[in-house]
Amino acid sequence: MSDTATAQHEDSHASLVVDNKKLLMWLFLGSDCMFFGTLISTHLIYRKLYPESFEPTALFSLELTSFSTFILLMSSFLMALAVSAMHKGELKSFRRNVIGVIFFGLIFLACQVYEFAHFVHEDLTLSTNTFGSTFYLMTGTHGVHVAIGIFWLICMYFYSHTGKMDAHESAVDVEVAGLYWHFVDIVWIVIFTAVYLLEYVDF
Amino acid sequence: MSHTDTETSVPPSTHTSEMEVLKPERSQLGLLRPDHNKSVIIDWLTTVDHKKIGIMYGAIALFFLIIGGVEALIIRTQLAIPENDLISAQRYNQLFTMHGTTMIFLAVMPLNSAFFNYLIPLQIGARDVAFPRINALSLWTFVAGALVINFGWLLQALEMMGLFATSGPTAGMTDMVPSVGWFGYAPLTSTDFSGVGTDFWIMGLQILGVASLSSSMNFIVTIINMRAPGMKMMRMPVFTWMSLVVAFLIIFAFPAITIALAQLMFDRTFGTNFFNVAGGGQPILWQHLFWIFGHPEVYILVLPAMGIISEVLPAFSKKPLFGYAIVVFSGAVIGFLGFAVWSHHMFTTGLGKIATAAFSLLTMAIAVPTGVKIFNWVGTLWGGRIKFTAPMIFSLGFVWMFMMGGFSGIMHAAAPADAQQQDSYFVIAHFHYVIMGGIFLALVSGIYYWVPKMFGKMWKGNLSTWVAILVVVGLNITFFPMHFLGLLGMPRRTHTYLEGFGWESYNMVCTIGSYILAFGILLLLVDLVRCIRSGEPAGDDPWDARTLEWATTSPPRVYNFAKTPVIPARDALWAHKYGPENQKITEEDDHGHGIHMPSNSWMPLIASIGFVPLGLGVSLMQAGIPFMGYFAIFGLFLIALGTALWALEGPGGYHLFPGKNIA
Repeated sequence: MSDTATAQHEDSHASLVVDNKKLLMWLFLGSDCMFFGTLISTHLIYRKLYPESFEPTALFSLELTSFSTFILLMSSFLMALAVSAMHKGELKSFRRNVIGVIFFGLIFLACQVYEFAHFVHEDLTLSTNTFGSTFYLMTGTHGVHVAIGIFWLICMYFYSHTGKMDAHESAVDVEVAGLYWHFVDIVWIVIFTAVYLLEYVDF
Repeated sequence: MSHTDTETSVPPSTHTSEMEVLKPERSQLGLLRPDHNKSVIIDWLTTVDHKKIGIMYGAIALFFLIIGGVEALIIRTQLAIPENDLISAQRYNQLFTMHGTTMIFLAVMPLNSAFFNYLIPLQIGARDVAFPRINALSLWTFVAGALVINFGWLLQALEMMGLFATSGPTAGMTDMVPSVGWFGYAPLTSTDFSGVGTDFWIMGLQILGVASLSSSMNFIVTIINMRAPGMKMMRMPVFTWMSLVVAFLIIFAFPAITIALAQLMFDRTFGTNFFNVAGGGQPILWQHLFWIFGHPEVYILVLPAMGIISEVLPAFSKKPLFGYAIVVFSGAVIGFLGFAVWSHHMFTTGLGKIATAAFSLLTMAIAVPTGVKIFNWVGTLWGGRIKFTAPMIFSLGFVWMFMMGGFSGIMHAAAPADAQQQDSYFVIAHFHYVIMGGIFLALVSGIYYWVPKMFGKMWKGNLSTWVAILVVVGLNITFFPMHFLGLLGMPRRTHTYLEGFGWESYNMVCTIGSYILAFGILLLLVDLVRCIRSGEPAGDDPWDARTLEWATTSPPRVYNFAKTPVIPARDALWAHKYGPENQKITEEDDHGHGIHMPSNSWMPLIASIGFVPLGLGVSLMQAGIPFMGYFAIFGLFLIALGTALWALEGPGGYHLFPGKNIA
């Protein structure tokens, strides 16, 4: 995570606009856009290629998914508060908000696990049809992103107890984690629209 | 700069007794960091020095160049005469698959990477890349991917020696070497038609993707953030510029194949339906996803070559590059357009008239920025005081040969013509002119140009002339007749052919040419070894060159520049040597802080090693070998362990003071 010892030493005179770590994260997110872009395109291209008897809306629970979407959005809000707290050096407020993000993230993951289990119970598996394949791979990849984010934030939470975190050194680390978290959130909004809501529109 | 004024660098001081001895410090984990290690092996395994990483990339790439070359020679030997039975059809499939995969991913890309690593920090006046440990991770992950892809050959060899049998628990281990072609079209890659070799191929490419992505992000940050003061974007050497474009191409193109490979892996291992027609999947999706990656990949291979040419031609014409800004701009345009032409690989799949016409036009359009570059190179030569040194000869060869590859490329851009040429030897001729005649000659030019900088040794004698003659003549004899073979209808990827189609003599000529070419490459390697082992000292600036890397010692010290240079102009060293007084390179005062160096680390190596069990485990799990799922999980555990320790050990770093603790 913090590989920039030399960087920080040398950066002082470069035409530095964005911190090294932050720029790296932006580039990763640019690349990640293409990952999710490919997954979501595959899902949309394969839409309606499954047998007509299969109806995704019969499986979906829009209430549950709306709830988990709302939870994820709120976690982003808390993440923003955590970043702001770190900038001000308010470690306690930072911890409180990060715990909130982790908790909300876990609720989102639990909803996803419940949803997957429910779908499998209703006989939709990876190999049932193209919907199963594209849906699980796409939402699963998103779930893995959320899980990695949660793991990252848990690490940060414990790190904040070592006394090595301060507004000057660690604000950028928290900001980078925040960028990642917001991105994962935005991707979910696209998935929620293109995968769930689209099925309720008649076209 | 202090070093440029003397012809040869001052030998390191022998008064080591006066020096403070550097001792490794403990990391935040309490472990001793592998810095200042006496063991050369440990030093290289844990290094984060971009120069050592670059040299390792280069050495491994040359090793795989030989492997891929031997595969090509076997292919050509098999095709020398009609109805040859030197190798079986299946072995032939394995050979052309591994030849393509090896040459693209394990020879040319890492050779490009070798130059990126070695040169970018030197060219922009930085101490190292932005994330030195990520750089080490990229190198070792690349090695892990190469091992996984080639693991099938090892099993095959063991089987031939009677040490491995495909019976009992390993009964599923058929078809162990990838044999689906370098673009692995669905549905040939399904479990119905191909064996565990395809899984090695999938996992190997996936791991190589991790290496390419991480190193590209690293280089973009390096180029944007780590430039020395005064090194504005439009003052950067063109090689660095082209590397920047390539890094962006990689981070936006690789995700498409990563997802395509993941889908294929899920199809094979978990029974999904992405490319399974019976389950509603569409194999054509693979072609789209593959070529959305695959066409930018062509520019990922060629743009660094164009960067090398743009450095060598001005250096030996004693003129600045003609139209620097437009050369940079056309490189960027090629990068953008590279994403918009993928379907020209699919004209015969029935895209529809509109799509075919659009992609046809876009493909012709991409010839424009390429042509602009060629004219600029010719403009650079025009009126210059041309010196026919070894790098120059290869660069001139590039301009000529690459243009021929480009011309047949424009022929492919016309969809009706392409329909005739698809899957014939005409295509083979085209892309070998681009890759061998273009990219490879440029890379050899780069080797001849920069090895004196990398090793501080000068080339001996004029063996390079023989290399140039043999390689250029050899590649023309090998690949030019393939145009005719293609027009006469010889299909690619068939292991033999019947007499009487008029293909016999052309094929024999191609085969003879390939041996001449191979001999030329062998001489190149001999020349390289001779130079490194017993060349005369090269001095800092043996070519009277233009860019910043020649302003430091040969080979550069571990810290590149003792004091950060301040850059007053484009072609910084040239301006420093021959320009007006106000264009001298000056040095920034370090205020006694010394030189901050990053610490070596074991963690990138540990994390990368984890990719081997992960890749092999998933592949062998698909083949039904027991417990392989756990082996894959063990790999994941290693990766997680390496990464966690990496984060916890802290970045470290130490300070060097010339004259105090270093010579």
